[in-house]
Amino acid sequence: MATPIATLVPSPAVAQSAAQGQSAIGRGRVLETLSAAEAETLEALTARLIPSDANGPGALEAQAARYIDRALGGALASSHDAYRSGLAAVDAYARMSKGSLFAQLSAADQDAILRDMEGNAASGFVPDAATFFNLVRAHTIQGTFCDPYYGGNTDFVGWDLIGYPGVRLAVTPNEQRLDPRLTPTHRSAYEHAMFSRKRPARASLEDEMSPWPRT
Amino acid sequence: MVGLGAVGGVAALPLARAGLRVVGLEAGGWLNPDDFAPDELRNNVRGWPQAVQKANREVPTHRPSASAPYSPRPAIHPMMNAVGGTSLHYWAQSWRLNPWDFKVVSETTRRYGASRIPRGSTVEDWPFGLDELEPYYELVENEIGVSGKAGNLNGKIDPGGNIFEGSRKHEYPMPALRGTGFTDMMAGAARTLGWHPFPGPAAINSRTYQNRAGCAYHGYCNRGGCHVKAKGSTAVTTIPKAQQTGRLEVVTQATTTAINVDANGRVSGVTYLKDGTEYFQPADVVLLAAYVYENVRLLLLSKSRAFPNGLSNNHEQVGRHYFSHNQGATVTALFPRDINNWYGLPAQGVAVDNWADDNFDHSALDFIGGGNLWVYSDRRPIGAANMTTFGRAPRWGSEWKAFIKQSADRWNTAYLQKTTLPYEDNYLDLDPTIKDPLGFPVCRITADYKDNERKVAAFIQDKMVEWFTAAGAIATEKGPIGTMGPATHAYGGTRMGDNPDSNVVNRWGFSHEVPNLGILGASVMGTSGARNPTLTAQALAWRTADHLAKNWKTIAA
Repeated sequence: MATPIATLVPSPAVAQSAAQGQSAIGRGRVLETLSAAEAETLEALTARLIPSDANGPGALEAQAARYIDRALGGALASSHDAYRSGLAAVDAYARMSKGSLFAQLSAADQDAILRDMEGNAASGFVPDAATFFNLVRAHTIQGTFCDPYYGGNTDFVGWDLIGYPGVRLAVTPNEQRLDPRLTPTHRSAYEHAMFSRKRPARASLEDEMSPWPRT
Repeated sequence: MVGLGAVGGVAALPLARAGLRVVGLEAGGWLNPDDFAPDELRNNVRGWPQAVQKANREVPTHRPSASAPYSPRPAIHPMMNAVGGTSLHYWAQSWRLNPWDFKVVSETTRRYGASRIPRGSTVEDWPFGLDELEPYYELVENEIGVSGKAGNLNGKIDPGGNIFEGSRKHEYPMPALRGTGFTDMMAGAARTLGWHPFPGPAAINSRTYQNRAGCAYHGYCNRGGCHVKAKGSTAVTTIPKAQQTGRLEVVTQATTTAINVDANGRVSGVTYLKDGTEYFQPADVVLLAAYVYENVRLLLLSKSRAFPNGLSNNHEQVGRHYFSHNQGATVTALFPRDINNWYGLPAQGVAVDNWADDNFDHSALDFIGGGNLWVYSDRRPIGAANMTTFGRAPRWGSEWKAFIKQSADRWNTAYLQKTTLPYEDNYLDLDPTIKDPLGFPVCRITADYKDNERKVAAFIQDKMVEWFTAAGAIATEKGPIGTMGPATHAYGGTRMGDNPDSNVVNRWGFSHEVPNLGILGASVMGTSGARNPTLTAQALAWRTADHLAKNWKTIAA
């Protein structure tokens, strides 16, 4: 199995986030399915779909792109070709309309391209831009709000954003009343001994290489 | 027994207890509590455990009518194969039908006139009423463990339960699942409207029952199996009980490919594949207990000299009177505060039956039937983030993020199950081109909702908007009625009735044409009611098994 190791060039969004001390960069990346260039474009897309802002960390910190990269080698393998062609189309459209690769554009220009994609006005996509937009949006949401076992929702930033108090194996009556003020559990389902022996197959390469719990 | 799911798993118990030897052929295998991790991505997004299923290789095709183009074919079958079948991960809402559901034709005619039966509908009265099925409902409720609150105990009405339900002889074996802050709020709002809210029945333990734990309310019940065996799947209730008799042999990973007949047109056994080898299992009696689509498909595939158009199909009724439940047309509400729906389960909710069946006067209305209104506590993070924005925010970016940060726990979608009728041009047959990997045609659905279903849906959605609004909702959004593609609530195709010209099985669930072939499941049901079908299908299965045990010599002769 080929596992190219890439050091990503920080995108403007990453650099901005790094300046705020919330960066995911510097951990070293093991890309499993995407090329470094594809991963950089994808990460920049996710960073605008769910941005880091006054409401806290977003898809970048959740490492939604890492989730997608891993899933494209497993459960989402049928979408791998769509990503290869779609990410290339994003950069081609960015060059044509804004004169640069998507990841190197300003946030405002990136948002303009995303709007063109969402509205199906961007050219060069197969079958069309809106289809790829919806695919990336759906997977970015999965990667931001899934169980961290799958490589996204890093440090539970997605669950904290929307106030999900986390996996509990048993819930009390009081915890189901209105205004329960629950403390987030911050545990993966697979950190519970009952489920750790039957983890889903090949959720991530890292998981196979290193013992649980997360590093 | 072909299939050891929700119905086959129930029927095996009375058969084994009666001393009969049962071989259960199940296409899936055993799953255990540690298979059921609270993992939304796997369970709800990626369709585990269905993802590695026989069923997924034979997803039915769908077209709204014989002249319409095909709908997109889903990648995942709504049901799964395993010992216990879809009862492993179903919502476990375990309703009895209401009395009207058995007598739609005669009651509608009596109250409003025969002209009120929708044009083109093939609906018939059931061959018996609720009173005939009541003892079997009770047997199943006791064996799988159903929690709930009776609303009609021997004619005495209790407003703590469903005042519109038919008479029950005994209270539920367990009290209802507990309420939540949100469901209590909704129940209060229903009362202000003059309606009658009540907790729904569920095959989920509200306390320890028969050595199985009470529900943990952890929020991953919906399409996840139970990690504490609180869900009364047949895999943890009737099947192990039947095994304890020593007379149920469970054969897993067994794909049944044909039901065989002898020279006299009687069933002689079934052919199945296991680990690449074909086997013939001889049988005195065969009970077909796959899901609706597979029941019909296996009959149509089992052609012989005696049955050239498929087994038990010489009257050309196999596949007819098919319908799937009118359970789209949802209503989603936005509240001005968090409602703490993060935990719970779809069966933990509050129901209103005032607008179901014929519980209200239809004289001035242009449809028959109605719907059960159901709100419940169930939410997981990916689903929460995918909430509708009610037109108040874009679909991405900082504005969207701010919206979901505030609103992820402020919305609720009601589950609205509505009367659905069979029609002459809604049916199942074999797809002429699409085949499974073994080379057998898949089932084809030709069906669409008709005027009556659309009018019921619009009426019920308005009632739900009224209820949510009374509870303080600041916005509501109505969902589309959807298509009649592959469904979790599928009915008909081997309908039960006295007339062999319009029904496949008799009032006992045995084929009119093949005396030693019984058929189990919602494929025998001729009406849907406004509530989940499983308990009714299970009660019918128990009744068929009981009939077989009592008449073994006649049926197996």
